[in-house]
Amino acid sequence: MKEKLHQLKLKYQGKKMAPAFNALHTFLYMPNETTHSGGHVRAADDLKRTMNTVILSLVPCLLFGMFNAGYQHYSAINGFPESFSLMEHFLTWDNFLVGITTILPLVIVSYGVGLAIEFLFAVIKGHEVEEGYLVTGMLVPLIIPVDTPLWMLTIAVAFGVVIGKEVFGGTGMNILNPALTIRAFLFFAYPTWMSGDKVWVHEAVERAGTADAISGETVLGSLAQGADYSYSLSDMFYGFIPGSVGETSTLLILLGGLFLIFTKIASWRIMVSAVIGSLAMGLIFNGVVEAGWLPEYSKFYTLMSFPYWQHLLVGGLAFGIVFMATDPVTGSQTNKGKWYYGFFIGFLSVMIRVFNPGYPEGVFLAILLMNVFAPTIDHYVVKGNVKKRLKRLKSATIYPKASDEVDSLKTETA
Amino acid sequence: MSKDIRIRKGLNINLVGAAEQTISKAVTSNVYALNLDDFHGITPKMLIKQGEDIKAGEPLFYNKNNEEMHFVSPVSGELVEIVRGARRRILTLKILADKEQDYVINKVPDLDTANGETIKSYLLQCGGWPFIKQRPYDVIADPSVTPKAIFISAYGTAPLAANPDFILKDKEQEIQAAILGLGKLTPGKIHVTVGKSNRSPFNDIEGVELHKISGPHPAGLVGTQINKIDPINKGETVWTISPQDLVMLGELLLTGKFNAERIVALAGSVIKEPKYYKTKIGAEISTFLYASGVKQDRFRLINGDVLTGTKTSTEGYLGFYNNTVTAIPEGDDYEFFGWNKPIFNKISSTRALTFSWLQPKKKYDLDTNTNGEHRAFVVTGKYEEVFPLDIYPLQLLKACMIKDLDEMEQLGLYEVAPEDFSLTEFICISKQPHQQIIREGLDLLQKELG
Repeated sequence: MKEKLHQLKLKYQGKKMAPAFNALHTFLYMPNETTHSGGHVRAADDLKRTMNTVILSLVPCLLFGMFNAGYQHYSAINGFPESFSLMEHFLTWDNFLVGITTILPLVIVSYGVGLAIEFLFAVIKGHEVEEGYLVTGMLVPLIIPVDTPLWMLTIAVAFGVVIGKEVFGGTGMNILNPALTIRAFLFFAYPTWMSGDKVWVHEAVERAGTADAISGETVLGSLAQGADYSYSLSDMFYGFIPGSVGETSTLLILLGGLFLIFTKIASWRIMVSAVIGSLAMGLIFNGVVEAGWLPEYSKFYTLMSFPYWQHLLVGGLAFGIVFMATDPVTGSQTNKGKWYYGFFIGFLSVMIRVFNPGYPEGVFLAILLMNVFAPTIDHYVVKGNVKKRLKRLKSATIYPKASDEVDSLKTETA
Repeated sequence: MSKDIRIRKGLNINLVGAAEQTISKAVTSNVYALNLDDFHGITPKMLIKQGEDIKAGEPLFYNKNNEEMHFVSPVSGELVEIVRGARRRILTLKILADKEQDYVINKVPDLDTANGETIKSYLLQCGGWPFIKQRPYDVIADPSVTPKAIFISAYGTAPLAANPDFILKDKEQEIQAAILGLGKLTPGKIHVTVGKSNRSPFNDIEGVELHKISGPHPAGLVGTQINKIDPINKGETVWTISPQDLVMLGELLLTGKFNAERIVALAGSVIKEPKYYKTKIGAEISTFLYASGVKQDRFRLINGDVLTGTKTSTEGYLGFYNNTVTAIPEGDDYEFFGWNKPIFNKISSTRALTFSWLQPKKKYDLDTNTNGEHRAFVVTGKYEEVFPLDIYPLQLLKACMIKDLDEMEQLGLYEVAPEDFSLTEFICISKQPHQQIIREGLDLLQKELG
């Protein structure tokens, strides 16, 4: 097998289809490439391994999302169980069956369309297929409502990959996070499918208007309408609430985040500062409410009085902070810049979330906004280093070129 | 007076096959060769013709841009071959050595009374000058520029590299002479950096500013030390010399003889008995390679250490500046699902199912496989973990790639040599050729502004 593939690789070398073949070949086998410039040895990590680690950290969220899809579906029909038991009501085959039949197609479409475009561009432009989409393709199904029509997803993915990434030159060159570009496209193109009380529960849209109508509103959605929500804190933390497929379980996101920090793949600076930023904004809002500056009939009242730290448990904030804000390509590239970048993501997320009248969520908008500003942040951070160097320059000792003067200089300094 | 420097960022690459600290005498080589690639940026003008005889220490060629700068023959014998490449560029000069070595003995200047100019022209004339390198640009020093300081690193942290303390043993006299001579070439200081806990021959040398350094690689790289001690500003020049070349300069200043003898570490997992050999610059590597024996037929032979050395072959010759020859296995094989399997036998700077972090002291047998394909820069913040210089490595690399001269200057390209980026290159997840990028950036900057 190894030999055969090697022969095939040689056969394809220089041909148009070579990138496509190599992508599949290198998926099976680490290539036989050896060092030919600079150092003769290289560390074990490559981009595939890096991306694979992120995917691994997302798998728990995906599996949980599948069970939760079923759980929300049946709970909407039959009502939430009185005394909840994990094995009896959540990790059941029925739930999983709903999940796998609704979410697996999303994953397949996301990967299929995205990778097809990646392969196409690689073949046209003659570069290797880059691994960036492996993570994007996994993120996309996790940040959309469970019943998103597949044709919509197809269009959005095509838009996101082409406009969000390929036009800039592919993985590593893009300005905006591709997964969030896809999400933003869906949000602005099909807003009715992205918010409301019908989209978060499987079959809710189809049953709308019939006798069997079901619905489920997210915690944030309820808050935005000034209504109360019926979920306990532990529900929110463990993730037994409606929401986008993979964003609900704060626990699993936390575990994924810790895994990414432990493996040194994602930036802990961004995660920590984003949490700080969101807490800060939440505290400000809570403070405003406590100070009595906001009348109770204000439409922002319920969201602003929502306890500051609970913002991390609901909506996509935790998911965004751990998996989207930490994208190294679109984020800040300097360690110092990452602190500012993360802080503003958290800060703005909560701000948009509270003040966005139509749609009570702001994480993806905040991250996209900071994506745009990340180069600016880096510019100023790097400029600090440049300034330091210029300051040093003032005390530079430059000797005249005529070397005869060395001795005279020496006597002078002595 | 000594100052302590502690390097925190970095990574030690522990490899199997470190040279045992015993010195054997290598078999005398028949042919010696100078590889012109060792002298970056020098255009040679030949002084003798093919077939002519030459003494050890007699000039072979000079620098086209500076007629005084001579490059001398390491041995006496006959210039048997001038190997030329494209556009008749000289690649290698091969000298068939005489059985009895005949040395040129130069008239030695009096070290106590001679002024800088005398020392300088003596070193230029007698072939000692090429051992002095300068920054910016990491090339052989320009004699018309006075450096603000001279830096010498006597601490080895590069993987499998020769141990300076070992190869410099009992050379205090030569070192002192060289320091005395070099001291007259700069009004500034001569900074010598030694390992914190090591007993270094430099401890008792006069006329130097002694620094003690500790920490992982690249603590031993002179670029790291310059950045921590007295970083280079735009317009400034510093010189660097490796300590073993200092010994040669010292001998040249004391005896007038260009003695090309040097102690070389033969190391690497492929070598059966890795140890030190006494040989000469330009000697055939096979003269000592097979004395130690090799374990396999297919391997990469490197003139230098695994991070900064140049590729050579069993027919190759010891490089002009090298005191290490390394042999590691070639890695031109496929690995089934190599990108997602847990990895126990390779070094990694992450913990992404790689487990080198569990045993930081373990020695690894790395081969030349790149462990992945070349990609655009994606991951950020990794280089900074192993790059102790006060420079933004990723940004500087990108400035070099887009050939933005202003930015290259502003971000500190003057301060670095390609070797400073050897460790970032090692851990690079996108497998970018950092050293090549920096080299091309330096060349461009020198061409445009130098």
